Amino acid sequence: MITPQFIWLIFLLPVFSFIIISFFVRPFVKAESRITGYILITALFTVLALSIWTLLSVMAAPHHEIPVPDINWVVIEGGVTIHLGLIADSLTAVMLIVVTLVSLMVQIYSQGYMHGDPGYHRYFAWMSLFTASMLGLVLADNLLFLFVFWELVGLCSYLLIGFWFHKPEAADAAKKAFIVTRLGDFGFLAGILLLYLNTSTFDIHELHKLAITGALASAILTWSAIGIFAGAVGKSAQFPLHIWLPDAMEGPTPVSALIHAATMVAAGVFLVARMFPLFEHSTEALTTVAVIGGVTAIFAASMGLVMNDIKRVLAYSTVSQLGYMMLGLGVGGVAIGIFHLFNHAFFKALLFLGAGSINHATGTFDMRLMGGLRRVMPWTYATFVIASLSIAGIWPLSGFWSKDEIVVSTASQPVLFSLAMITVFMTSFYMFRAVFITFGGDYRGGSQNEHGGHGSRPHESPKVMVTPMVVLAILAVVSGLWNVTGHFGTFMGHGQTHSFTYGFFHPFTQPLPWISLILAGLGILLAYAMYSKQWLSPEKTGNFFKPLYTLFYRKYWFDELYENIIVRVALVKGLFGSLKQFDNQVVDGAINGVARGTIAGGRAVRRAQTGQLQLYGLFIGIGILALVLVLYFAG
Amino acid sequence: MDFNYLTIILFLPALGAFLVAFLLGNNAKAIKWTAAVFTFIPLLLSVILFACFDRSPAAAGLIQFEEKVSWIAPLNANYHLGVDGLSLPLVLLTAFLGFLAVLISWKIDLRLREYFGWLLILETSILGVFLSLDLLLFFIMWEIEVIPMYFLISIWGAGRKEYSAMKYVLYTLFGSAFMLAGILGVYFTTGSLSIVDLALTGFDSFRTVIPIAVIFFFLLIGFAIKLPVFPFHTWLPDAHTDAPTAVSVMLAGVLIKMGGYGMIRLCVTLFPNVAQTYAVLLVILAIIGVLYGAAVTMRQTDFKRLIAYSSISHMGYVLLGIFALGQVSLIGASMQMFNHGVVTGLLFAMVGLVMHNTNERDLRNLGGLARQVPVIAIVFSIAGLASLGLPTTSGFAAEFLVFIGSFTSTAVPGIQLYTLLGVLGVVVTAGYILWMLQRVFYGPVLEKYNGTADADILERVYMFAFVAVIMLVGIYPPILTNVFKLGVSPVVGLLGG
Repeated sequence: MITPQFIWLIFLLPVFSFIIISFFVRPFVKAESRITGYILITALFTVLALSIWTLLSVMAAPHHEIPVPDINWVVIEGGVTIHLGLIADSLTAVMLIVVTLVSLMVQIYSQGYMHGDPGYHRYFAWMSLFTASMLGLVLADNLLFLFVFWELVGLCSYLLIGFWFHKPEAADAAKKAFIVTRLGDFGFLAGILLLYLNTSTFDIHELHKLAITGALASAILTWSAIGIFAGAVGKSAQFPLHIWLPDAMEGPTPVSALIHAATMVAAGVFLVARMFPLFEHSTEALTTVAVIGGVTAIFAASMGLVMNDIKRVLAYSTVSQLGYMMLGLGVGGVAIGIFHLFNHAFFKALLFLGAGSINHATGTFDMRLMGGLRRVMPWTYATFVIASLSIAGIWPLSGFWSKDEIVVSTASQPVLFSLAMITVFMTSFYMFRAVFITFGGDYRGGSQNEHGGHGSRPHESPKVMVTPMVVLAILAVVSGLWNVTGHFGTFMGHGQTHSFTYGFFHPFTQPLPWISLILAGLGILLAYAMYSKQWLSPEKTGNFFKPLYTLFYRKYWFDELYENIIVRVALVKGLFGSLKQFDNQVVDGAINGVARGTIAGGRAVRRAQTGQLQLYGLFIGIGILALVLVLYFAG
Repeated sequence: MDFNYLTIILFLPALGAFLVAFLLGNNAKAIKWTAAVFTFIPLLLSVILFACFDRSPAAAGLIQFEEKVSWIAPLNANYHLGVDGLSLPLVLLTAFLGFLAVLISWKIDLRLREYFGWLLILETSILGVFLSLDLLLFFIMWEIEVIPMYFLISIWGAGRKEYSAMKYVLYTLFGSAFMLAGILGVYFTTGSLSIVDLALTGFDSFRTVIPIAVIFFFLLIGFAIKLPVFPFHTWLPDAHTDAPTAVSVMLAGVLIKMGGYGMIRLCVTLFPNVAQTYAVLLVILAIIGVLYGAAVTMRQTDFKRLIAYSSISHMGYVLLGIFALGQVSLIGASMQMFNHGVVTGLLFAMVGLVMHNTNERDLRNLGGLARQVPVIAIVFSIAGLASLGLPTTSGFAAEFLVFIGSFTSTAVPGIQLYTLLGVLGVVVTAGYILWMLQRVFYGPVLEKYNGTADADILERVYMFAFVAVIMLVGIYPPILTNVFKLGVSPVVGLLGG
């Protein structure tokens, strides 16, 4: 059984890594040194071991939870008491595995990918900080500290999206990500405040209890759950705050794999799961989660159909899959949503690392400049195809198992069910469109301009990059098997277990898995027809569906609506601009007006001071007369 | 204790000013070192004071390190100094910024004697405001501060410096006139000038010469102009923008805190019932300040002016916390004063440095500096993130306490809605801070700034001091909340909460 000290160490080791890299190593080592990467990788190996230990201990513990004592932080008697503590339950244990495993693989990969970058040490410092914050987020036992780490992962995301800050697009994307997610955080904070007002606690366990026992009024429960969900919408890039994630692809690709695919963007899903008793006891809140999730899934997938940048395809795919997870939470519960998060982390991280590997070889992310890479990059090709099959939901890869559960859960709700089914088709189509364009046909030249480009002769990436991809590919195949027996579900407090053989072949006895498999197969077939065999011309198809194609390609004009119309015109130029005018002309104008008035008044009155005694005598005379008259009439 | 800590802290800078002005001649080195020593010792003593301060619950509301000497007996006026949990951190902040202001001014070369003389007088007068427990002494210290400010802005400033200095003086005096009327109202009603006694007795047993609410508002106007509260804020951007760097640091860092301190110390403590009656009005003004200030900040293109306008928004949180009239909200407001003092102090110091090293203050012409001045870029980013309230910086600790304290306060109807509107301000804050960082430091490297100097050793020293305080308070807020809560608890007792 793991002790609390070791659980603390899970969070603290990456913190130490950050401190050591930024303050003790980075100022003193040469730019080419790889030591900073090794520091983080060593820390993460240890953390992974500790996380596995935690998982095993939690599995063995009663109620699947290890108690960890709290530390008092801020105490204001009769006011606020804030403690600092950790949760070690099944949800945390699973998240720990996801975060440390993907982070470790990504860091090993980064040793190769980021080699030679002038910001190499800075990269690993921030990656350490990110991993520490992400682990803190999944371990936090109260909403306040969860929020603290929530903001810190947002900061790391900002710093790493803007890693190449000299590129204006990267700087813009970083700012956009921070501000859009902060808009969601406003709701999150409001939810926390509302809960605190009514319960006087930030503690997650106590909030669960209050929600389950019905001690919280249902309106408060609903509003605070929706507030918290707003935070999740921002962080997990759900509709209508999805716009920041595709732009976030300006960051280095391993960053996209870790932060913007596997872990941080999934924090929103984690948050809903963490606070699930609140959602569970509010039908409105749970329905909101399911609907937003379902809508996002299909909405994002539709845009993924037409993108030419491979990372954008993957970004929209991530948004769509996160929507799937939300849908899973909304209709099925924690086990189903988190199971998809678990599987998705591996295959989506792998897809991004694959995209990075391709970029390393060709110097571009534009699929139109790739092609024919199957022959020169066999490892990348094989792992990318495995991940694509997995995300498309092909039996028996991991994606199939979690996607199947979500689809089955939606069966009773026809609208959400159709959204989920159409998304299955779209997903397999856009993934295999990417596969065929990138790896099939002949090489179309690549680009010399961007990071790591080697121009005309693409080649397989070095071992240090390929090995993590192979590990993730294995996980993309097998991670779903955890729940074939139903053990993942029971670990999360759901359903029952059965034998492996039964679970493994059971889907074929049901109609729904057949439908989704057929739809996925059709998606692959269509992609094959259009992009590999060219039976159907993509251009002609695009022209045939011109309005729809334009709608998808221009991303439903959301960027234009938000950035140009709302932010630039309505807020900055309109409201803020006119307030600035108001401040200068009216508020300050009034002050200066008073000053001018005083001066003018002084000038006018000054004329009375003529120095002529006769005039003064006259004034005195008038004054006395006035006084006499007043006294006479008033007295 | 026979060692008169407070008198020594209070008058050492003034003594230094005397030495600099009259005894040292024009020896630049001697002047700077004298100024540094005579501000460093008060800082050291304040730290000792902070360490020795009795934090036990029994000390709640007690005045510590008290000194009292009869001053003008016929008026019942005393030379009465003391600190409690409310004023101590602000004294520490003043001593901290006072010393760093000298370091920040190290590169000044115009009329050194006068400059450092005025700067040190300024520190004494601000310390005097926080240390005085006698209304007359308080008022005198409050007024003295205007004189050095006028000269510092109008001689060493930039841009429309004479206009800004004059505006500052007239605006402040306008407020002080009301404040004096308020103080006289208090005096003629009670016959006492002792802030401590007045807090204990209150006004219930007296027949006031003028309505008590009028006295409250007379005092409030003086403080509201200083804080500043919308719509009395327009002196601030001008004064900040045109003042020399170190003076902006002092002005934003501690001078405007005198307003918030005065509101808690006098308006709320002496008139708890009146404060409760008019709290809604002031909370609404606070929210206007937060949102309006942030909105106007978004449109600034002058580097320094942008930071100046952000202060208006941030001071809105102080006003919100004060007039939410809850224990936690008052602690939050005090925390926000301290936090803003350090963070905005650092921001102004950094803006001054960038402007000095690049000779450019228009945000539209700056860009890509992160490559050329990495140290400045890192420290500036930390200050900016603290300003937008990122957790682990003092900004988050302070703003969060204001939010949670105001939201749960029972004194003001509808406070939840106002607080949420205030929370919305942090989104806009993120907007202008990140826009500013991007404008100045990110984007393509501009060749014209290739030779730009990064921070030198001295500058790194004071940057480090600022950052250390920001992180310390951010990671371990009890270091301050444990002190503030002692100062705030008697006020809360008066409010009946």
